[in-house]
Amino acid sequence: MQAVFFLCGLVAVGFVLLITVYLVLSGLPAIRQIGLFDFLLGSTWAAGQGQFGILPLILTSVWGTAGAVLLGVPVGFLTAVFLAKVAPRRLADVVRPAVSLLAGIPSVVYGLVGMIVLVPWLRDALHLPAGDSLLAAILVLAVMILPSIINLSETALAAVPKEYEEASLALGATDLETYFRVSVPAAKSGIAAAVVLGIGRAIGEAMAILMVAGNVANMPALTKSVRFLTTGIAIELNYSAEGSLQRQALFSIGLVLFLFIMLINVLLDLVLKHDKEV
Amino acid sequence: MRVSQLPMRRRVWNLGARVLLYLSAGLTCGLLVLLIGTICARGIRGINWQMLTTAESVLRGTVGILPAIQNTLFVIVLSLLIVLPLGVGAAVYLTEYAKNHRLVSLIEFATETLAGIPSIIYALVGVIIFCTALGLQKTLVSGALTLVIMNLPTIIRSTQESLKTVPQSYREGALALGSGKWHMIRTVVLPSSIDGIVTGSILAIGRVVGESAVLMYTVGLSTAMQDFSSLAAMMKASGATLTVALYIYAKERADFTTAFAIATILLGLTVVINGAAALAGKKLKKV
Repeated sequence: MQAVFFLCGLVAVGFVLLITVYLVLSGLPAIRQIGLFDFLLGSTWAAGQGQFGILPLILTSVWGTAGAVLLGVPVGFLTAVFLAKVAPRRLADVVRPAVSLLAGIPSVVYGLVGMIVLVPWLRDALHLPAGDSLLAAILVLAVMILPSIINLSETALAAVPKEYEEASLALGATDLETYFRVSVPAAKSGIAAAVVLGIGRAIGEAMAILMVAGNVANMPALTKSVRFLTTGIAIELNYSAEGSLQRQALFSIGLVLFLFIMLINVLLDLVLKHDKEV
Repeated sequence: MRVSQLPMRRRVWNLGARVLLYLSAGLTCGLLVLLIGTICARGIRGINWQMLTTAESVLRGTVGILPAIQNTLFVIVLSLLIVLPLGVGAAVYLTEYAKNHRLVSLIEFATETLAGIPSIIYALVGVIIFCTALGLQKTLVSGALTLVIMNLPTIIRSTQESLKTVPQSYREGALALGSGKWHMIRTVVLPSSIDGIVTGSILAIGRVVGESAVLMYTVGLSTAMQDFSSLAAMMKASGATLTVALYIYAKERADFTTAFAIATILLGLTVVINGAAALAGKKLKKV
């Protein structure tokens, strides 16, 4: 029986290898044909005219993620402090399921609400010709990364030893001063991990922002229609012919995105390891 | 120390911090209420018996999402059937058998990596490996197999966590009574970690129900009835699940009543699944 369980254990490793090998194998041909430089730094993506530069996609993903983190992290972090330290038990028992519901709502549902409510609202409020924009995508992403940030930060804050807080209180700090000046610094690795996880979520999200970002491969600007790395794949995957350069270029985008994610995973690993050592 | 005895600056800081905390938590909950309100307000009137129990008909001009419901169920059942033995087996290996520390951390690293890969990459993997390389085409089977990879970390983790809480004395007791290792695992260890396995399964079901990117590109976009009467027919069945149908109705047909109706159903399912996961964790917790 041990052999069977051993094989089951190896399956996960096998899958990771399989994914890596296939992504590299399918992603490289187009990069070789287009040229690494032209692919990564080309500023025009026009599959019809055979132009495959993904710089606008990369920059959009970076700006979109940065925007979502900028909006989502403060709200998520403060909600986590509220849940872990301040909220009366009854209130926390209401807020916590709300957060996990927010985490469970499918991304197409976020996309639908964004498309029908948020996009027209942005168009009217900012007097734009169309509301499909980087800003709409950032707002949707900010809401979507909230649960990851809240959950991980709350766990980190809850694990801070009571003695730290009691010592601070005994020295005359108020409860809130204690939470912000003692508990939060003590939980800072966990909170950092939460932020990194949020970055990973935001950079990997596809369907929700596919429905609100407009999907034109412009250089990123808040009110312009933009295309992310993820939506760049999503918008053309069903319409590209098998074996065409266009489809192979989509696989290459996938490879670039995969590298981004691996980088974030390594970062996450470092942050968490650091936590264990301290 | 009472706040009222503090110097002005600290009093203002404390008040400000408290206001910010309540505002943030309020904003988080407010967003959820707004979302639920919007979805239900626009979605509930689109739900009716006919819609839930028929396929759409262009001739009669009626909408029906029964095929999407069936497809979703098929993908859930098939992917769970495969991922459960694999995931539980891997967790058993990690907690009961593995002695090599390096190998354990390699497997755990692989599991974490799988958990961190975004679904659009899984979509590519599904298209490259299952639809094309294995020649399965765009079928529900391709989609289910892709979701097996995606859900493996979920099952491994929750089973492993639960296995770790089984007291060592249970194992020692069984072994001392003369049981073999596999017999001990089967009759003592696994039954006492059933809560983790069930919770993991529920979470996996939740991910399948909510997944769209993978299914969008691997299961096909048909909204017609599929044939599940024989194995050969099942292998060929290809059609939209609920999330994919939502996307098709919203983005390609601009039928927002139906899209919001499906969104309401998905929201309801999320509530049920979250509730079930919380309940399973509590009720099945060690006899």
